[in-house]
Amino acid sequence: MVAGSAEGVALVCREPLSLWGGLNPRTGEIIDRRHALSGEMAAGRVLVLPQGKGSSTGSAILLESVRSGVAPAAIINLKADPIIALGSIVADELYNKPVPIVVLPEEAFYSINKGDQLTIEPDGTVRVNAEPSTKNT
Amino acid sequence: MSIKLSERDKQMLQGREGKAAQMAMRIMVRMADVYGASELMDVSQAHIDGCGLLSEAGLEFAEKLAGYGGKVRIPTTLNMGPLDLQNWKQFGVNEEFAAKAIRQAKAYMDMGCIPTWTCAPYQSYLTPRFGQQIAWGESNAICYANSVLGARTNRYGDYIDICAAITGRVPRCGLHLKENRKGQILLRLVDIDPTVMKDDCSYAVLGHLIGPMVGDKIPVIEGLSADATSDQLKAFGAAAASAGAVALFHAVGVTPEANSLEEAFQGGQPEKVIDIGMAEFREARADLSTAREKDKLDVVVLGCPHFSYEEFRRLAQLIREQKENGNTLCEDVRFIVISSQTSYSLLVRSDFMDVIIDFGTEITLDTCLFHTPMIAADTKVLMTNSGKCAYYGPGELGVKIAFGSMADCVLSAVKGYVCRKEV
Repeated sequence: MVAGSAEGVALVCREPLSLWGGLNPRTGEIIDRRHALSGEMAAGRVLVLPQGKGSSTGSAILLESVRSGVAPAAIINLKADPIIALGSIVADELYNKPVPIVVLPEEAFYSINKGDQLTIEPDGTVRVNAEPSTKNT
Repeated sequence: MSIKLSERDKQMLQGREGKAAQMAMRIMVRMADVYGASELMDVSQAHIDGCGLLSEAGLEFAEKLAGYGGKVRIPTTLNMGPLDLQNWKQFGVNEEFAAKAIRQAKAYMDMGCIPTWTCAPYQSYLTPRFGQQIAWGESNAICYANSVLGARTNRYGDYIDICAAITGRVPRCGLHLKENRKGQILLRLVDIDPTVMKDDCSYAVLGHLIGPMVGDKIPVIEGLSADATSDQLKAFGAAAASAGAVALFHAVGVTPEANSLEEAFQGGQPEKVIDIGMAEFREARADLSTAREKDKLDVVVLGCPHFSYEEFRRLAQLIREQKENGNTLCEDVRFIVISSQTSYSLLVRSDFMDVIIDFGTEITLDTCLFHTPMIAADTKVLMTNSGKCAYYGPGELGVKIAFGSMADCVLSAVKGYVCRKEV
């Protein structure tokens, strides 16, 4: 969806998250107190969430987190999320630092567990714990 | 995927209409790929959300486009900004923040945007018409424009909004196309007491309830009253777009693409039918509050989304009722109303403004509780009748939320503690 390579530990949730009101762009903490990941640090980790939701300010939050150096290493979605993708594309335009975004089919998406070591390759291939290739789009 | 571009699209991409249009078009083409669109299409109006949040990156982005000489090509209104441009000092905003906010406002104004500074643009100026193709930001405004007005927009988040305004183009997909606007889930209000729905906060409760049920699907609601007001539908959409990703809903007999159930589903069948009764309604209502009954109250915030003239009128009436009983605002409680210049200028010409001001109400304009630092750091309990404010308050402001009707808010502000007719 947005190309790039990244490595990081998976931070997994099964419910959508609004980045605005959900991610602190200065610390990288998940701050939606109604969300299962509340209190977790997204900075440097691969955020695995089905899709975003809520406020369209989400793109700005992702962009600012890139500027602050606390963005997720990459984001894996089940469904293409324009608000998340846009934050990453503008980060590429302004700072040459896109957050790689991959959309995985259901089976591959749900096979990722919290704590898995993930590698994302420039072609969008996702490797889980160095095991070859999960399918990608 | 390759995207079919018009001659003008190509010219913009090559930089023939300046660097701002070039950058905006480059972002638009990449976004068309994200949306899976094969071409771009014209839009004739835009509403900018990106002017709302003050972030270093957002400011850099706006100043970059303005610095390149970027100009909007279509009439473009502005969402609320990070600052009450006239009264910010009264709300304790610091000079450094204000200076940056003014720079950001200037960048958007330099690009030719209209200074509406409101998150309820549909109650302000240049209301889109039925079927009009527009590019709107701000989740509640998107929901209202699509659902209540029948204009057509996708969810344009911060920064693609100004790119759409500068290029006049968006990816041709999603809710811009009629076939993608048909209802998907049928929600039937089965035994919701009609007197409950007269309460101003019940629409927010309903929005909060259905948001998570439908996610980003298009709900069709059966059983909403045909006399639902603009303010009620505003509250409903804002809550549904916060708790879920609702960008379009149909309400049978209420919204323009749902004169009948059949029309709402465009002749098709719902994927799912869900019945909603009082049990679910009460559960959603309770879920909006994190504070408890009798908790000491610090601040009441009304006007999320921005207060309308009609809401000011209702507030004045509620304050009058308290006054007649000899009640005044508790001195430990701040009472804040957030609104737009448009509604405020009507209020100034009303015969009830004094009632509101004499109560001790602080009115702030052009901005948003979440985007300007106006709530004191030691604030513990905030009361509101807004589902959106209740949803985001705990995470964004670190406060406990007491959710109640406007009447509950006024009564609690008088008592100094959370006090509601229904919990």
